[in-house]
Amino acid sequence: MLAPTVRAAGAIFLFGGELVDFFRQYLGRGSGPTRGREANVHWVDFPRGILGPVSHLGTMIEVMAGVTLAFRLRGEERIGMVFYGDGASSTGAWHEGLNFAAVQRCPLILVVENNQWAFSTPTHKTTRLPSLSAKGPGYGIDAESVDGTDVLAVFDATRRAAVLARAGEGTRMIELRYYRRLGHAQHDAQEYVDPSEIAEWEKRDPIELYRARMLTNDWATERDLEAIDREVIEQCRAAAERAMAEPLPEGEEAVEGVYTDVSPGIPWTRSMHPDPAMARGVT
Amino acid sequence: MIDAEIPEHLLKTKRGEPVTLLEAISEALFEEMVDDDRVFLLGEDIGVYGGAFKVTRGFLSYFGSERVIDTPIAEGGFTGAAAGAAHMGLRPVVEMQFMDFISPAYDVITNYIATSLYRGAGPMPLVIRGPVGGGNRGGPFHSQNVEMAFFHTPGLKIVYPSTPYDAKGLLKAAIRDDNPVIFEEHKALYRAPALREVLPDDDFVVPLGKARTVREGGHLTIVTYGAMVHKSVEAAETLEREDGVSAEVLDLRTLLPLDDHAIVESVKKTGRLLIVHEDTRTGGIAGEIAMRVSEKAFEWLDAPMLRVTAIDAPVPYSGSLEDYFLPQTDDVVKAARYLAGY
Repeated sequence: MLAPTVRAAGAIFLFGGELVDFFRQYLGRGSGPTRGREANVHWVDFPRGILGPVSHLGTMIEVMAGVTLAFRLRGEERIGMVFYGDGASSTGAWHEGLNFAAVQRCPLILVVENNQWAFSTPTHKTTRLPSLSAKGPGYGIDAESVDGTDVLAVFDATRRAAVLARAGEGTRMIELRYYRRLGHAQHDAQEYVDPSEIAEWEKRDPIELYRARMLTNDWATERDLEAIDREVIEQCRAAAERAMAEPLPEGEEAVEGVYTDVSPGIPWTRSMHPDPAMARGVT
Repeated sequence: MIDAEIPEHLLKTKRGEPVTLLEAISEALFEEMVDDDRVFLLGEDIGVYGGAFKVTRGFLSYFGSERVIDTPIAEGGFTGAAAGAAHMGLRPVVEMQFMDFISPAYDVITNYIATSLYRGAGPMPLVIRGPVGGGNRGGPFHSQNVEMAFFHTPGLKIVYPSTPYDAKGLLKAAIRDDNPVIFEEHKALYRAPALREVLPDDDFVVPLGKARTVREGGHLTIVTYGAMVHKSVEAAETLEREDGVSAEVLDLRTLLPLDDHAIVESVKKTGRLLIVHEDTRTGGIAGEIAMRVSEKAFEWLDAPMLRVTAIDAPVPYSGSLEDYFLPQTDDVVKAARYLAGY
């Protein structure tokens, strides 16, 4: 099971998430994974094993502790991965969820994306520790920091952690050290960041670094990579167009699915009854 | 299973002996765990110690530490973990040592658990249960009623039994429900000898969302729940004896979803409504009930709707203060008498 952050769309695609669903979710379409209920980047796709993030940071660590507790209690070899950021590492929920998982030896991998900025707050203002993996030993779990700009290093660290988690070695933590190159969201012009800092990190774009590595090692040619770029851009364009052509959900669907068995009912002012006392099954 | 012997104290109903409300709750939990291996317990000191009120005494040796999990003191953490286990098809029952301590879990309950189904993350079959209520000289943090902190959250159900029969049947229904249920157990009722009753020795449930008419009457309706059911019945008997007034007493049993139908039908019969709750006044459930009656039965009312509640204050410790703070039988008698004569 996977609990990504809003910035971990890549992880969702690896779990089989489809591009068109990304756009449906973003655009609030009735055909989307949450039928227009959850926010643009809160992609929940339970059948694919994706528990989308909630805005209250740290909550998903508590929840994934329980998901993976269930795996352990039932003797399954499944594991869970929960992504979070440097900002969420300060929350009480983070602490309580991690501590619970560690004590219960849950097969859970915590992946902290230390991108140096929590909205406008740099990591050094949220912890005295030199790295976020330094928090691991405080909970009695193994933790390591990885250069998050090195695709293969991230892959290796994740694979090692997964093997150990599946082997019953309990909860572990991986810190990925990299950088948030743009603002917190579209509204954020990032005026609080020294432009030279961004320029330094831009030299370490993980995709560019990996492209160079593939070319150096003859794993691919420039033509191969350009073809992939073109294909991906075309797929994105087609998926966006398809999602845009689909309708929003009907408004009255808002009353569905609050409970499995009872409904809040239709507001009486929108029912056929002029008198609220006579309107049945409405509120 | 570690110990195949069922603990003696959990077999009272099997032996045809009367049980207290606390014992009824223990039996419900035990039977549900026997019948459904997806049901497991999480909470502070529930294993070796058997829970602060001994609701789960003997469970650990019978079910083992994987189904009776002693947790760190972290209500948010273990309630969130219960949510995760519920995602995976288990049916966790979380014990709050005192329901006052549910507040650290408010975030995960209201933002995560209550929204899961709506957000497309699937049903959340879990129960959060624990002791509530005043009268035990527990002070501000061992006496609260928590229903109204959650009443405003769509997606939750809230249950508050007043008798052993209802407690057992409602808890079984809550555990089998696919929605998250907050289950309040009044401490003053836990071991009250007068409430002991012999329960049917079968797998009965009491459906959620249905109120119960405790006492029929024609002159006024008293809508109440929890420990106030017993004070309201006491008041109704006084009124019958001293004034010849017959009061109908309705026990809500489930607060969310609220049984509008039962309330409205009773008010249509009597024309007068008194709402009694132990919880504090402002933002108490009386306000919501009065609004619904105004919407659905205004023309049947012969008098203003009134309420008897606790005072808008933290629950005080000292006996004299707490007794003054809590609604008493005399308050119910006085309000009902005023209404009957209106």
